Amino acid sequence: MNVESKIAERVKEVPPSGIRKFFDIASEMEGVISLGVGEPDFVTPWNVREACIYSLEKGMTYYTSNWGMPELRKAISCYLSRRFGLEYNPKNEILVTVGASEAIDLALRAILNPEDEVLIPDPSYVAYMPCVRFAGAKAVAVECRPEDEFRLTPDKLEQKITPKTKALILPYPNNPTGAIMTMEDLEAIAQVLRRTDIIVISDEIYAELTYGQRHVSIASLPDMKERTVVINGFSKAFAMTGWRLGYAAGHPALIGAMVKIHQYTTLCAPIMAQVAAIEALRKGFEDGFASVEYMVKQYNMRRKVMVNGFREIGLECYEPKGAFYVFPSIKKTGMTSEEFCEKLLLDQKVAVVPGTAFGASGEGFIRCSYAYSIDNINEAIKRIGNFLKKIL
Amino acid sequence: MVNEILEILNEDSRRTPEEIAVMLGTDVETVKQKIAELEKNKVIVKYNTIVNWDKTDREYVTALIEVKVTPQRDQGFDAIVERIYKFPEVKSVYLMSGDYDLAVMIEGRTMKEVAFFVAEKLSVLDSVLSTATHFVLKKYKVDGVILEDEEKDYRQVIVP
Repeated sequence: MNVESKIAERVKEVPPSGIRKFFDIASEMEGVISLGVGEPDFVTPWNVREACIYSLEKGMTYYTSNWGMPELRKAISCYLSRRFGLEYNPKNEILVTVGASEAIDLALRAILNPEDEVLIPDPSYVAYMPCVRFAGAKAVAVECRPEDEFRLTPDKLEQKITPKTKALILPYPNNPTGAIMTMEDLEAIAQVLRRTDIIVISDEIYAELTYGQRHVSIASLPDMKERTVVINGFSKAFAMTGWRLGYAAGHPALIGAMVKIHQYTTLCAPIMAQVAAIEALRKGFEDGFASVEYMVKQYNMRRKVMVNGFREIGLECYEPKGAFYVFPSIKKTGMTSEEFCEKLLLDQKVAVVPGTAFGASGEGFIRCSYAYSIDNINEAIKRIGNFLKKIL
Repeated sequence: MVNEILEILNEDSRRTPEEIAVMLGTDVETVKQKIAELEKNKVIVKYNTIVNWDKTDREYVTALIEVKVTPQRDQGFDAIVERIYKFPEVKSVYLMSGDYDLAVMIEGRTMKEVAFFVAEKLSVLDSVLSTATHFVLKKYKVDGVILEDEEKDYRQVIVP
């Protein structure tokens, strides 16, 4: 039997992740300095880990409600209200998922019919396009340009809207560009959307990681809440990537449909991660999210060190206001992003991610994460500087 | 800004004014001036190194001495504390609430040396009523730093 022929067309046609190749080379090499990681370097705070250990000792090893533990949903509701001014009923408007990733997949599968189109700002996180295609619909890239600081602009959005457009994914603060959308930027987008029936899937996983200004959710704008699914999670804000815990908040009809898929495919998020998340939020309410503020402060310093470092070695880079990525242009080298990253890795043992892994508009850019110690960042920049001297 | 400079130096006192200026998005001169002021006002008392002496061949012991004293009229604890902290063997002194008055950290080469110091120098002071010596067997965490931290970076090299 030809097993390969049994793979579904829509799975086959999605290309493998552009990151994979670099991962394979880099993980074989000794002495690699990496700026390639999309997760915090902070380990989960001890009080959170300790709460999980205690729950295991007590024997909390069972399924929870499909929606997630009521106590956690209440805490999430309170958190969204306090930090972002969003009001959601924990009874029927919040669903706890296995990472924000599952929430994105559920939101897409809950609304998409074949032939539907989903607009995705480009460049963006690697998973949106494949998830849309696995759901049987069509992904449509909306170009974001460096001259707009990689924000989604209303004219670029409008150009791509067709009668088939079902949803817009709004991933800000953005991975890989570090772009954010201010209240004014979002209002301009909202003005376009209000004339349509387009659903917004707002991936706000980096919402806590903004510098100089607070994140604004599009759901907090007038008349936008009903059509928006807000997606967030504990990975970035609470340094809990490996726990795989996220959530979605939105209209009861949308969340209800997502729960239907979730209950039959996943049943519930792991109870240990849910218990840990309750502790993360409890501590946050108690101390005003001091550990989040501490991490943001550290990232902010590293961000400045990295932007300054790239400018000093002659790489053009706009100052990102969110997430933990810098997205410098390597256009002056005349290389493609992939070429640059591969040569840099082989020549200087520095791992960065080609912008093209995040969409065609990422060509000419590289994604560098500053979720590393300052010494690590300085060393990497020094090596990239050496590389540039050689090739320019 | 001043607190931020202090936090950075408290974390790593080798950070240069140039680095700090970049980290805080300000200019070098401002940072230099602030640091000079902080040094002058003794807010920055000293630049220190945390050493894990257990990893060296240096012979030393540390002890915590609980000291009960009689405070003196007009001077409270200050006069007696001054007489204690001036000994170079004394590494730190804290005034405590609870069962005893002063927590005195002493460092010496041997247990005997520390014991004799307590017997000959501390106990004999007029205001000292009693002492209790506790030897430190192992230091796990000093000034917020875990000495033998086994947590490492478990992250994969590249993650989307």
